[in-house]
Amino acid sequence: METDRPDGRTPNQLRPLVCSCSILHRSHGSASWAQGETKVLAAVYGPKAGTKKSENPEKASIEVIWKPKTGQIGKVEKEYEMILKRTLESICIRTIYPNTTTSVIVQVVHDDGALLPCAINAACAALVDAGIPLKHLAVAICCSVTDSGCIILDPTKDEEEKMKAFINLVFPNTIVSVLPEGSLQAGSEPMAHGIMTSITQGAMSVDDYLHCLERGRAASARLSEFVRKNIELKSTSEASKAG
Amino acid sequence: MGLSNASEDLSSEMEVDAFRRLFPLRYFERHLAESIRPDGRPLGKARETSIFLGAVASANGSALVKIGSTTMLTAIKMEVMTPSLESPDEGCLAIDFHMPPICSPIVRPGRPAEASPVVSKQLSDTISSSRMIDLKELSLVGGKAAWMAYLNAAFSIMQDIYCLDADGALFDAALISAVAALSHLQIPAVAMNDDGKIVLVSGEDGQKPVNKEKRKLTLRSIPFSLTCILHKNYILADPTAEEESIMETHVTIVLDTSGQLISLYKPGGPALAYTSAIQDCVGLTGQRVKELKSYLDKENSAMEVVV
Repeated sequence: METDRPDGRTPNQLRPLVCSCSILHRSHGSASWAQGETKVLAAVYGPKAGTKKSENPEKASIEVIWKPKTGQIGKVEKEYEMILKRTLESICIRTIYPNTTTSVIVQVVHDDGALLPCAINAACAALVDAGIPLKHLAVAICCSVTDSGCIILDPTKDEEEKMKAFINLVFPNTIVSVLPEGSLQAGSEPMAHGIMTSITQGAMSVDDYLHCLERGRAASARLSEFVRKNIELKSTSEASKAG
Repeated sequence: MGLSNASEDLSSEMEVDAFRRLFPLRYFERHLAESIRPDGRPLGKARETSIFLGAVASANGSALVKIGSTTMLTAIKMEVMTPSLESPDEGCLAIDFHMPPICSPIVRPGRPAEASPVVSKQLSDTISSSRMIDLKELSLVGGKAAWMAYLNAAFSIMQDIYCLDADGALFDAALISAVAALSHLQIPAVAMNDDGKIVLVSGEDGQKPVNKEKRKLTLRSIPFSLTCILHKNYILADPTAEEESIMETHVTIVLDTSGQLISLYKPGGPALAYTSAIQDCVGLTGQRVKELKSYLDKENSAMEVVV
């Protein structure tokens, strides 16, 4: 029943995550995020005064620039930019700094599969590092479906080429709060179960998609824990440095 | 008496227009509370759809599709090319989506519109994911004649989609247009001339036929899409451009005629999509697929009768 993966992982296992913040001096916030061999560097500048002509000056606008490892920007990169921009817009509180623009530059360092979720995670960590006001974080995960219907999380490039279909999912970060229990629910489901972004490739049945949703939610809970721990470590070390 | 009534009607109409412009979100929410939209549609209903095949006579296949005011024109050109080394027995399919300045006030001449490459990429992904076309069918290798042993050629399908009027749900209209044009496509007869090159059959002497006659492309499962807006607890199918700009969470679902999910596309947006909303959208899309399939079949039948 269980499929063996070339790197020895179980189907539900993520590749090792590495996240470091404040690695660039000139940017207001920066983060490097690696999942296995896939690595993305994100930098945030802003909020800067002024808004582009096509944007709404009553809200803060977000500009995303995606830099591939090699070559020119094509349609793939344009689509990634649009997805990233929409996702980041939905987690930022844009009414606080009207008539400003925040630039997010995403540089792909290496692509070994699941590139878009890695970039979304890096961009969120960079926004936190820059002090941009956010409603919540976003955690991104990639699920793939084999021909036999097994669901595998966080595929590598080699695995992606053999898969029938795969899905990039983005969920809100789980909330740890002293608020009463009911306020974290949205109807009958907790807020962390809502889908912020979903991008699919390949054909699959609707049931397979719903199964991927369940696996993605479970994995995003683990990712949320990782992100929270990472930020706590950083703030603790900075507090000790100041003291 | 008549004059005062006329001015009264005019002033109330102006008030409605002013309310719509100043408070667009509240204007729409007032309609949503009554389960209706400003143009009179119920929430789950798509706009009037029409498909016209053969709009461009000089193209190998073409289609003009209107959904409400949104208009898409697709033309397909076929050429013979040398296949790539990775897949020597396959042809290729390239799709380009254009938004000329005529289609929308926000599109400027020169630089391509922001939405163009995104819709282009989505269309390419959708058609390749659905495996609607068998690319091996486009290959010209393996003819019966012995002199064709060294022949290395395949058809290349180049599809251009032009948006003539952008009034929301661009991807839906573009996909129907692309699919309709591919169903109208006739593969031309080609021959090898004396120089050993593949040319279209024109009746000249010295041409050896490679494939016999014009024929239609075989389409397997056909993908269709429906874009929905999620806003609070409402789901609006087939939004107009105004609705799209006011309510920002869009979900595009593509199903094919065998019920497979080809794409579920939700690029961010303030509203979160929960499982029940996803299932409702899939249900709406399923109905839409049946509807569009019957339109396309009807139009293809009409074309057969004409020929």
